[in-house]
Amino acid sequence: MIDYTSVLSKTVTGLKKSGIRKFFDLLNDESMKDVVGLTVGQPDFVTPWHIREAGIESLQKGKTYYSPNAGFTQLQFEISAYLKRRFDLSYRPEETVVTVGGSEAIDLAIRAIVEPGDEVIVPTPSFVCYDPIVRMCGGVPVILETKMENNFKITPEELKAAITDKTKMLVLPYPNNPTGAIMTREELEALAPLLRDTNIVVLSDEIYAEMTYDGEHCSIASLDGMWERTVLASGFSKAYAMTGWRLGYLAAPAPLVEQMLKIHQYAIMCAPTTSQFAAIEALKNGDDDIRTMVEEYDRRRRYIYEGLKRIGIDCFEPKGAFYIFPDIRKFGLSSEEFCNRLLYEHRCAIVPGTAFGDSGEGFARISYAYSVKHITEALSRIEAFVKTL
Amino acid sequence: MMDKFLKLLEDNATLTPEQLAVMCKKEVGDIKKMIEQYEKDGVILGYKTMIDWDKTDREYVTALIEVKITPQRDRGFDRVAERIYNFPEVQNLYLMSGGYDLAVLIEGKTMKEVAYFVAQKLATIEDVISTATHFVLRKYKDKGVIYGVVDVDERGNCGQ
Ligand SMILES: Cc1ncc(COP(=O)(O)O)c(C=O)c1O
Repeated sequence: MIDYTSVLSKTVTGLKKSGIRKFFDLLNDESMKDVVGLTVGQPDFVTPWHIREAGIESLQKGKTYYSPNAGFTQLQFEISAYLKRRFDLSYRPEETVVTVGGSEAIDLAIRAIVEPGDEVIVPTPSFVCYDPIVRMCGGVPVILETKMENNFKITPEELKAAITDKTKMLVLPYPNNPTGAIMTREELEALAPLLRDTNIVVLSDEIYAEMTYDGEHCSIASLDGMWERTVLASGFSKAYAMTGWRLGYLAAPAPLVEQMLKIHQYAIMCAPTTSQFAAIEALKNGDDDIRTMVEEYDRRRRYIYEGLKRIGIDCFEPKGAFYIFPDIRKFGLSSEEFCNRLLYEHRCAIVPGTAFGDSGEGFARISYAYSVKHITEALSRIEAFVKTL
Repeated sequence: MMDKFLKLLEDNATLTPEQLAVMCKKEVGDIKKMIEQYEKDGVILGYKTMIDWDKTDREYVTALIEVKITPQRDRGFDRVAERIYNFPEVQNLYLMSGGYDLAVLIEGKTMKEVAYFVAQKLATIEDVISTATHFVLRKYKDKGVIYGVVDVDERGNCGQ
């Protein structure tokens, strides 16, 4: 008999199962067919047809080979042009790596930098992967709990308090999943002095950069003295509705890219070729598609924000991504109780805030990547539920 | 802004003024006034529902008829067009450039009925020189809506 417990890595068995996965497992049951959910973290749009066609065409032409490790040069070139065009960022094509989703970009950055004992500042509530990847490297996640009263932004005071002489990296997850918070140029400028003269690397997860409302996204890498200490992780999933294509990228100074590329080369070889051809088309001719989709998200954002307010649920008005993070503390239930009762008693699913870190207690994540009709139905179920509380 | 508002309504006529107001950052009263004005000006002509009749047991056929006509000296094609579009069977009518003058889309219960319409009603109009009738075998897409494909949310609870 093989003893799996002793076979498996303690680091891995010690990782917590993702809270969102647990909740999703509940929902995937047959008995949940009638549930109206606002749970999904991906666009409800299909990848625009001209982008899909570019992928199909590449297959028809038999382009089924590996790409260079860092991705096709033409795609690196387009990424470089895109970052300049949209965010005024200057990366040479060879300072980018095409990855398997933004997920791999995050993984590469952490793995290339974090050693056992290193501290990584992870603001929460946030996307679920930073903490476990840091742990897999033997690093220590230092949780920085962002607050609703600060609009879920990182304040200079909070950052200062979190930095120690072991700090190796700061994760900067804006626009934020799940809170919808963003950080403006001025707010980033206020953090920069704490980072500039240090060896702390910023991992800036900007996958939702295009989904910024009431203003333009600002990348911390565009601030004076920050480019050289930033790894930018992004991808095609959200901006172009391309989640299933599994394509993302990172951009960073050459000495970092060189090492991250080593990991990528050994672990992945190269990102999917078909997806890379589609992505070239996306970057060349997809700006209008982004605009159309973002305008639609923006309308739904206003709709759901007003809808929740009308029901009497407080929330922070989201400024980015496609989530809203209502404050449910006044109902006197834990996030999990609230979401479970809403699910079982009123057949509506939203994700407990605790799935995104302990600081999500008292909140829930609602995705508005859904049709207005769907959102309307979900809101009426939420309303019926909170009336009983 | 105006165009975007119209496009929004064109894509989904079921949006209420209250919903539109929130989504477009406007007052409900202003939205109602805007719609009223558009209706008065004939910019908004009506509200209809997209129905895939093939999914029902309604019997019908659609035909596209190319019509060549002699334009009249004073009124060009308008007079003939008017005579044609007033038939309730006529769904769409376009003045075309190229090989023929009017494209008439008509709907009837049977092919026989359509043939009768063409022979008895269209071809008999004095300025009509000739007609060519093409029956529609299948409608794939109309007004931006794809037929025969039901929109289901297949995303499932994946991702995070
Ligand atoms: C904040 C954030 N970063 C990164 C990702 C990873 O996306 P992908 O790997 O599809 O590019 C997600 C996906 O949900 C996300 O929400």
